[in-house]
Amino acid sequence: MGKIRTISYDAIVVGGGGAGMRAALQLTETGVDTACITKVFPTRSHTVSAQGGITCAIASADPNDDWRWHMYDTVKGSDYIGDQEAIEYMCSVGPQAVFELEHMGLPFSRTEQGRIYQRPFGGQSKDYGKGGQAARTCAAADRTGHALLHTLYQANLKGGTTFLNEWYAIDLVKNSDQQVVGVIAIEIETGEVVYIKSKATVLATGGAGRIYASTTNALINTGDGIGMALRAGYPVQDMEMWQFHPTGIYGAGTLVTEGCRGEGGYLINSEGERFMERYAPNAKDLAGRDVVARSMVIEVLEGRGCGPEKDHVLLKLDHLGEETLNLRLPGIVELSRTFAHVDPIKDPVPVVPTCHYMMGGIPTTVGGQALTQDKEGNDQVIDGLFACGEAACVSVHGANRLGGNSLLDLVVFGRAAGLHIEERLRGGYESGDASEDDINRALARLERLESSTGTESVAAVRKDLQSCMQLYFGVFRDGDSMGEGLKKLDAIGERARNVQIGDNSKAFNTARIEALELDNLFEVAYATAYSAMERRESRGAHARNDYTERDDENWLKHSVYFPLEKRLGKRDVNFAPKTVDTLQPMIRTY
Amino acid sequence: MLVSLYRYNPEQDNAPYMQDIELDIPAGKDLMVLDVLALLKEKDPTLAYRRSCREGVCGSDGMNMNGKNGLGCITPISEVVKKDKLVIRPLPGLPVIRDLVVDMGIFYEQYERITPYLVNDTPAPEIERLQSPEDREKLDGLYECILCACCSTACPSFWWNPEKFVGPAGLLQAYRFLADSRDTAQEERLSDLDDPFSVFRCRGIMNCVAVCPKGLNPTKAIGHIRDLLLQRAT
Amino acid sequence: MVKTVTNLGRSGVYDWMIQRVTAYILALYTLFLFGFMLTTDLSYESWSALFGQTWFRIFSLMALVSIGAHAWVGLWTVTTDYIKATAPRFLVQATAGTAMFVYVVWGVQILWGH
Repeated sequence: MGKIRTISYDAIVVGGGGAGMRAALQLTETGVDTACITKVFPTRSHTVSAQGGITCAIASADPNDDWRWHMYDTVKGSDYIGDQEAIEYMCSVGPQAVFELEHMGLPFSRTEQGRIYQRPFGGQSKDYGKGGQAARTCAAADRTGHALLHTLYQANLKGGTTFLNEWYAIDLVKNSDQQVVGVIAIEIETGEVVYIKSKATVLATGGAGRIYASTTNALINTGDGIGMALRAGYPVQDMEMWQFHPTGIYGAGTLVTEGCRGEGGYLINSEGERFMERYAPNAKDLAGRDVVARSMVIEVLEGRGCGPEKDHVLLKLDHLGEETLNLRLPGIVELSRTFAHVDPIKDPVPVVPTCHYMMGGIPTTVGGQALTQDKEGNDQVIDGLFACGEAACVSVHGANRLGGNSLLDLVVFGRAAGLHIEERLRGGYESGDASEDDINRALARLERLESSTGTESVAAVRKDLQSCMQLYFGVFRDGDSMGEGLKKLDAIGERARNVQIGDNSKAFNTARIEALELDNLFEVAYATAYSAMERRESRGAHARNDYTERDDENWLKHSVYFPLEKRLGKRDVNFAPKTVDTLQPMIRTY
Repeated sequence: MLVSLYRYNPEQDNAPYMQDIELDIPAGKDLMVLDVLALLKEKDPTLAYRRSCREGVCGSDGMNMNGKNGLGCITPISEVVKKDKLVIRPLPGLPVIRDLVVDMGIFYEQYERITPYLVNDTPAPEIERLQSPEDREKLDGLYECILCACCSTACPSFWWNPEKFVGPAGLLQAYRFLADSRDTAQEERLSDLDDPFSVFRCRGIMNCVAVCPKGLNPTKAIGHIRDLLLQRAT
Repeated sequence: MVKTVTNLGRSGVYDWMIQRVTAYILALYTLFLFGFMLTTDLSYESWSALFGQTWFRIFSLMALVSIGAHAWVGLWTVTTDYIKATAPRFLVQATAGTAMFVYVVWGVQILWGH
């Protein structure tokens, strides 16, 4: 490949979802020359699918609500490996970030007082778990993600952010000083490959739910940022922690919001029993997502599943009445009719735990600064690289994310990354140029793919990868079977390096993009499998049959997967919030 | 089932053509049109189309199926296939980049033209701006638009004057901000629309209403804008 | 805002209003004439008596001007929809405009010309 064109910006944001656009907005508004590179038009990003809302103590539903209670819930929900400083930051800055969204025009649902409507969600409590269920999730009907994403796009149009729409970032460019100095990207429409140079590169590429066969995630959620970081040799954190959402529509995988249960819906088994009363006597259907998902799987395994295959349970909503459903959950009514062929106003919706969210990601500071570890295991800054949103692991979700905290994570840490980068650039941060060799190194993968003489089809390898992850690394995990899964993954990896894209044209070549995405899916899947195998305990979303207990002595830690050495290290969890007392690990019950 | 597919690769084809493919549909399952495309792409990776959420909220896969615009991901083949035949074409009226992928530039430009963001000059309060549930209700049926372009590309007036007529999608969003009790730029918004093309090229054909995959009603919104313009002028 | 100089009202609202108002006038005029023809024994005398009255001449002129304006707005729209090249479009618009003008003047001559 000959010399390629270079485009320069002060900062680039890879990803046009909620986190990416919030970061881009912050940067643009403070005068930083910023481009947002996004493989789909921004409003097609997966944030658009978020339904239930954004959890935040804005004290609308309850005037006495306190962000510290939200912090308590989040720490408990994380099964105590969420970083308390980051959680403190998110919960305390949250209200400001949410009000900003409202000022930008987000059409929140309203209370009679004219304030933002808040609904109950799972894992929420008042008064540090002692005051009963809280209603803390700010909602725009059940289309909060859609409303949020469109509002952020609109704000960026107003602010004048440069969008490189339908450009696909392939790999990070590192210079000889080990600074990240931009990305190699391809303009999908023309097929032109370009070096996009930048002093700050923000990975806001979202999740990678497509490593599983059954997922609520969009087809575009292929973990591109994680793949790029891993290929550049940077570590990822807590990758074994994958949230399985209790209510994915059976057969289709599309999400039905936890807000359904927040509004009063509940799960029943084949005997018509509201089984969550047994597993979580207090919170019932609004226990943590990991708890509910596991309970559902146990019901199915013990023969109380519904349907001819007895392989799912039902979500009962009809008792809420047509009016409430149409007012509060109109999107759910629509989705159920389309994908479950069920009218929730009359009949319960068949649901099954479905891969939903990646708690792990690129380890970062509160300001989005990406981190690695030095030889002694101390945190070390990766110059020029930042991450936010689902691709990052700040970590506010630890081993299990609470419903409604993902949208808050996006806006709070997208904003924080923008603030931090602006500060660094103002402070005179400079990075050296990339040499031709540096650029060529980042181009290597694309060149290999273009000249591949392989025989494997992308679709077939991807399908096998997804089945493997689903089978061996699902809701319940077991050492022996994970070992088997890892072996299979090795073979799949071999095949992934041997794919033939079958289309060498330039214009809008989606076959090429899917082949590049497959590499990223594999990187994420492997990091997940390896980390899951090594974390020998059960915590949050990571439930092992061979290590059923939480092991605080050895594993009250983040796992850190190093791709070059294929090694799982550990990293200390932050227990030092700045303004409140540390929340000590306790037994987690709902 | 016979699938007749619009194909065009600018690097190879002088002109677009229809490709007929016989496809076995797995029994007992009502596939969506998007699933059909995925099956076809497994066999022929050169087929290009856009897709993302596959649940009808991102608006990527607007296309023309047996003559009617809609989203591939939420259109079951049982609903659209006639005489065991499915004809899939790109959205009409926009330049084709490749196969089912159209250049949506002019569509987005019309969206950007209507000042698609809230304008409020008053200082923002410490908390949110208050809005009554009744005022908020006025935004229902407007803010849900997913910018899939099914409506605008089904509109003859948009086909003839895509540079001048805002089109149903853009006007629906124009009214979304005109109807927002928090917006203070109503006068400027109306001034920007007060010409013979932007709004008034709507002839009430209502194709937009017939095809909107979210069940929205742009014609009604356009009627409201016209009323506001009339009130302002008389 | 889209700028145009060839349309009648120079604004979308005015054009729209002109078309609606003229449509009502034309509808009224048509209805009246139908009514007249059905209820009156049609002859040269009754017809010229009707046209001899000033109020009816004014009404007729109003209808004539309305046809001119209504047709102008309509044809202007049609030409801007279907004729994309500027020169032919302007030619057609000019021809249509001239025809409307001629009809109106000619109509005045017929109504008051003797």
